[in-house]
Amino acid sequence: MAKRPVHIDENPEGVHLPLEPLPGHSSRGRLERVLRRGEFAVTTELNPPDSADPEDVYNRAKVFDGWVDGINAVDASGANCHMSSVGICALLTRMGYAPIMQIACRDKNRIAIQGDVLGGAAMGVANILCLTGDGVQAGDQPGAKPVFDLDSISLLETIRIMRDNGKFLSGRKLTTPPQLFLGAAVNPFAPPFDFRPLHLGKKIAAGAQFVQTQYCFDVPMFKTFMQKARDLGHTEKVFVLCGVGPLASAKTAKWIRSNVPGIHIPDAIIKRLEGAEDQKKEGKRICIDIINEVKEIAGVSGVHVMAYRQEEYVAEIVDESGVLKGRRPWQREARQDDRMVAERLDEILQKNKIETQVDLVKTAH
Amino acid sequence: MAENKTQSTTAAGPASAAAESLPPVAKAGETQASVVKKTAPKTDYKPADVSPQRRVQRSYTVRLWSIRHSRALEWFYARFASMFLKLHPIWKAIGYGRVEAPIKFVERNVKGFMFDCRMCGQCVLSSTGMSCPMNCPKQLRNGPCGGVRANGNCEVEPNMPCVWVKAWEGSRNMAHGDMILNVQKPVDQSLRETSAWLRVTAQAAASREHGAQT
Repeated sequence: MAKRPVHIDENPEGVHLPLEPLPGHSSRGRLERVLRRGEFAVTTELNPPDSADPEDVYNRAKVFDGWVDGINAVDASGANCHMSSVGICALLTRMGYAPIMQIACRDKNRIAIQGDVLGGAAMGVANILCLTGDGVQAGDQPGAKPVFDLDSISLLETIRIMRDNGKFLSGRKLTTPPQLFLGAAVNPFAPPFDFRPLHLGKKIAAGAQFVQTQYCFDVPMFKTFMQKARDLGHTEKVFVLCGVGPLASAKTAKWIRSNVPGIHIPDAIIKRLEGAEDQKKEGKRICIDIINEVKEIAGVSGVHVMAYRQEEYVAEIVDESGVLKGRRPWQREARQDDRMVAERLDEILQKNKIETQVDLVKTAH
Repeated sequence: MAENKTQSTTAAGPASAAAESLPPVAKAGETQASVVKKTAPKTDYKPADVSPQRRVQRSYTVRLWSIRHSRALEWFYARFASMFLKLHPIWKAIGYGRVEAPIKFVERNVKGFMFDCRMCGQCVLSSTGMSCPMNCPKQLRNGPCGGVRANGNCEVEPNMPCVWVKAWEGSRNMAHGDMILNVQKPVDQSLRETSAWLRVTAQAAASREHGAQT
């Protein structure tokens, strides 16, 4: 097998090794490198599996290969239970991917969160996205206890203190502080509109270095928000990744609009979908058009493509919009033993072995 | 994958199949959350669709009045706080521990009536436009979440105006409304159900004495 050329964002000694720290960078991650080089970044979201099979995660990550700079490992989005973001990150970092670990304040208190931050950083997670999280009433287990011990801003500050001061919230010292690139979410499409740009400023003050926005379907509204953010000088301090995504059909769009709070879809978009022959294709087309519009807005450093259950379109969307300008993000090189490992794992997981504790003890002796 | 079912075992062998009391699996085109809602037991008594942290069945009239009059309340609170501080020698003479119970009673009822106070013990009303952030189902103290509805109501409690939309409106009327931009520390849960008035007074007195010494 011919040796492939070393990618600009990988350790020449081996893909599994951490990257060299660069001056002015707070993490060793690829996403920070891409953004600080001034390149247009693309991130996406991995649909977390409801399974205990690592191959499910690898297969879902594979479709993004070579098209994205970061993969969000979501933390029970919509308060629906899936594989945890820590688990997904453990698997992805093992393969050299650059996950963005999401932490939602809904499920964990400050003790658990600070532990997860250290654990994630130790596994090689370089990016953490701090979220408040949806309310438990939105998910399939509405009887769960909502924690919300921290909120997204105090979570940002907590992790910034851990990174910059090398301390827990209690003041106890960390022997090795985590090296992280901190992110937050913003929603310019929900009231109070005047406060949103100032709220972004609060997130920056608390430690946000990049932000991903909610789905943008209303470009003029986003432009107004960015104008205000620029006037306040925020865009010089934070990388803004605009959230975009394809709508599967006019029906889905209407459902999202009335059932998912915080997502604003203007009538024009729904009309355009309804008028189309192939609604799915038109949804993709709209997404590409929006990307082409938002990439021209000053202060936008990238896009965050959220294609829930349409992950296979992410590559096409990124390709057809041409935002990468010929750049190839880091891609995992398939190793010869991958197939063997996968088969062996499959066998272990599939083998329907029923052993009682008594049997186990017998075989042990 | 269908056969891949791990069975629970006991020392004697496979455990007997436990009675399944789980909701059915969602079919294509519906979400598990909607199935869970549909299969929930039906009774005549249906509590209001509010978050578990707060089941206060009250209208929001008084709370909204307080936010509309945030400037007057800010002015009043400044006078009230300095009066409380003047009384510090008295509190100290009687003992803060001894006055806690009656003061807490008054504080809980007055602030409970005016702001739907949740007695977090670390009041930030002056920084949040006189809209109590602990009434937010997510108890956010630094700003709204991304789920605010287009009409400005809460994502979790569809009938309640978003605490933070109101906080922003209230803060715009206040002289020191820009305090809303300060990053608030996480809530100290160990201070719940204690008096914020007494704490602020004791701290102000301590810093005043400290200032006099140096």
